[in-house]
Amino acid sequence: MRSIVLTKGVPDFSEGAVSFDEEGHLERGKTPTVMNPNDEFALQAALQTKIRHGGHVSGMSMGPPGYAEVLQGAMETVYTDDSYLLSDRELAASDTWATAITLSAGLETYQEEVADIDIVFAGFKTADGETGQTGPQTCWAMDWPIVTHVVALDIDPDERTLRAKRLVEGDVDEIETVEAPLPCFVVTDPEFEPTYRTASQRLTRKRLRAETEERAADHDDHLTTWDHADLNLDPDYIGLDGSPTIVSSVDPIPKAPSEREATMIDPDAGDGMGEVLEEIQPYAAEADD
Amino acid sequence: MAAATDDYEHYEAIVVGCGPGGAAAAARLADHGVETLVLERGTEAGSKNVSGGLIYGEESAPYTLADLFDGVREAATERPVTDYYIHNVAGNSVKTYDLTDLHEHDTDWCDAVLRRELDSWLERRVHEKTSETGGGVLTNVRVNGLLESDGEIVGVTCDELEPITADLIVAADGVNSELAREAGLMDWEEPEEWFQGVKAVVDVDPDAIDDRFDLDPDEGAAHLFSGDLFDDVRGGGFLYTNEDSLSIGTVFHLDSLLEREAEPHELLDALLTHPLLAGWFENEYDEREYAAKLVPDSKKAAHREPYRDRLVLVGDAAGQMQAQGPIIKGMNHAVTAGALAADAFAVTRGNADPAAAGRRYTKLLEDSGTMAKLRPRRYDLARAVGEREGVTSAVERVLESPLGSLAVGNPIADRLLERAYNSPFLVSMLPDTKTGYVSLPTLIAEEHGKTIHWESEIEPPTLEERIGDLTYDTDVGNPHIELLDQSLDASGAAVTACPVSAEDFGGGCYRSEAVKTNGTEETLVSLDTQPCVECGTCAVVADTEWEHPRGGKGVEYREG
Repeated sequence: MRSIVLTKGVPDFSEGAVSFDEEGHLERGKTPTVMNPNDEFALQAALQTKIRHGGHVSGMSMGPPGYAEVLQGAMETVYTDDSYLLSDRELAASDTWATAITLSAGLETYQEEVADIDIVFAGFKTADGETGQTGPQTCWAMDWPIVTHVVALDIDPDERTLRAKRLVEGDVDEIETVEAPLPCFVVTDPEFEPTYRTASQRLTRKRLRAETEERAADHDDHLTTWDHADLNLDPDYIGLDGSPTIVSSVDPIPKAPSEREATMIDPDAGDGMGEVLEEIQPYAAEADD
Repeated sequence: MAAATDDYEHYEAIVVGCGPGGAAAAARLADHGVETLVLERGTEAGSKNVSGGLIYGEESAPYTLADLFDGVREAATERPVTDYYIHNVAGNSVKTYDLTDLHEHDTDWCDAVLRRELDSWLERRVHEKTSETGGGVLTNVRVNGLLESDGEIVGVTCDELEPITADLIVAADGVNSELAREAGLMDWEEPEEWFQGVKAVVDVDPDAIDDRFDLDPDEGAAHLFSGDLFDDVRGGGFLYTNEDSLSIGTVFHLDSLLEREAEPHELLDALLTHPLLAGWFENEYDEREYAAKLVPDSKKAAHREPYRDRLVLVGDAAGQMQAQGPIIKGMNHAVTAGALAADAFAVTRGNADPAAAGRRYTKLLEDSGTMAKLRPRRYDLARAVGEREGVTSAVERVLESPLGSLAVGNPIADRLLERAYNSPFLVSMLPDTKTGYVSLPTLIAEEHGKTIHWESEIEPPTLEERIGDLTYDTDVGNPHIELLDQSLDASGAAVTACPVSAEDFGGGCYRSEAVKTNGTEETLVSLDTQPCVECGTCAVVADTEWEHPRGGKGVEYREG
């Protein structure tokens, strides 16, 4: 099995890391870049495929040179074999459409220059754009089948098919089992959990981890960078020029007001506890019922 | 279940548990070219393990840890024991005997160890070795039972993995071996067959250890304590020097703990706060970890034929823990047994009889003299007389009389007593009565001891603080122990005997509570497994359904 995992660097929105200016706009330069959290599940799905069926996993990303660190992170966490970064000034300010065109060119270049791909894994929407469009658009550009919201995955390498469980959200959440031919696009759901139920699978995972340590430390030796010329892309159809989306303005989302009320009681004030008791009395009566 | 065992993964050998016994078995199996899978339930080997801990390399043993693991003493053990003493204590009066002669009998080397450090080092070596023969070590996997086909043991079942079949299954899963119990080879029935130990690892600067114990950096000391400081509970205390910490603990006969309704942590505190130790602490006390362990008494519990079908028991799982008077040896016998089990499999490989390896292993335990150390015949003979109540009380009465003081108290007796303590022959006959543990040491201290005049200002942490300092990964909603009988008669003993429970302490595993039912009030025992340190005491003293937590769950020792 040969898999590609598409991954993206996003601002680290976690508490303490993210930085906003006075108007509530994200300060990109002051906020560190991390791997898009949802891509973790795509990576785990690729690792599960490699552990169960053997083969090769490559990480691929489009972005500035700094995104190499995101690919290195992927190598450390799920032991990808190598990394491909699609990086070029001409690619700056791409919207989902231009990104999908670029990524599909990356995948096609990979097929021409490296090897045929069996599965492309992508995460379910990014933490910054949150469109959820890039994966399906890339797949559309490739004209491959796509299975989204995947929570569990089985592959039959001999039949060249995959069988996936997808989480279908609605009034009632349902799990749908679908089958698709390879090559195929797989978009993982955050509910995806890899399972390793045999000793040999776990030993393989342990071996891969040990083998990867050295490789990840010399990540540059395993990184291939392609610019628009390598990808055979016309600058007019990529980057800002190739992006039909126009962002007219960005508004910070106001924080929802808290629904809880707080009353301060002075612990030294004699009747403080009396007030507390009075407050909780109705709830105690409720509990007695 | 008539299992279609052909569908399961198969390894030539499965070793359950990666302590010294399992590590020795796995390393030796790999030496023989056997495809060996090691399953360890801890998040890392050593995270579930506690020992006193001294490990011996015996001159007479066919295998020592250092034979099997090159460089282990340099890389993973603490200080070698070069000085060995026993302190007989009566109040503030202490008489010290030098036991170095006894300690050195049949001893090639002896090192203090901390189990997280030691076992995790062994795990890495074992993984390297077993990987070369097609296997390896997996952590966070709990083996929960035996896989049987047509009534014959053919493999293991796990919480985390599909069942696995094997030609040899080595149960090195410790004192509470679920496999040994499922196979009907061991039980948790008799408190007389067990000791319980509790231990504190105390942070001390290496230079201070050298200074206060009068040691060079490559030397270490072992101190034992007996006498009247433990409230008449049969047992004693120990202190071993590590590189930059001290292991200080107490070990008692479980039946004696129950009889005296003693709180194990309080007995440990009695030792920690004794003025004798104050000089070694210099009023600084920084406890890194509190730990507890059940210890089998090999004299009574070591299984003479520790196998069934393809299953062999190694180490604590087989009751292979030798404790006779001041001699405490467990890990070395586990190492020997593990290596012998591997050798037994190597020579019987391919034999159609599934029990061939087990039978050979039993013979090797006998022929190597290991079983004779674990179950000395001299003890069986002496026990027949010495542990009879009438004899004990008669001896006790003589010791308490002026005649006893005269006999023990004269200067010649002092020299003879030190020599007697140093005799492996006499020590192996010591019956397990109050006389050896309490009365005689107390009398020795009273008659020959020097009085210590300083006071200890040490305040050990409370049980609540000790539990709070331990690391747990709680398996929420899935308690691993079920209390079957809540009555005080059936399970009340656990409230005091459990090392993380105490009377009038609400934060421990076991509590007794007054419950009103139908107008009458009765006292019931309740259980919360969150603070559990998985020692197994309650499996013996209370009515429980006892299992280990799932792989990686439960307590995680950092020192061990």
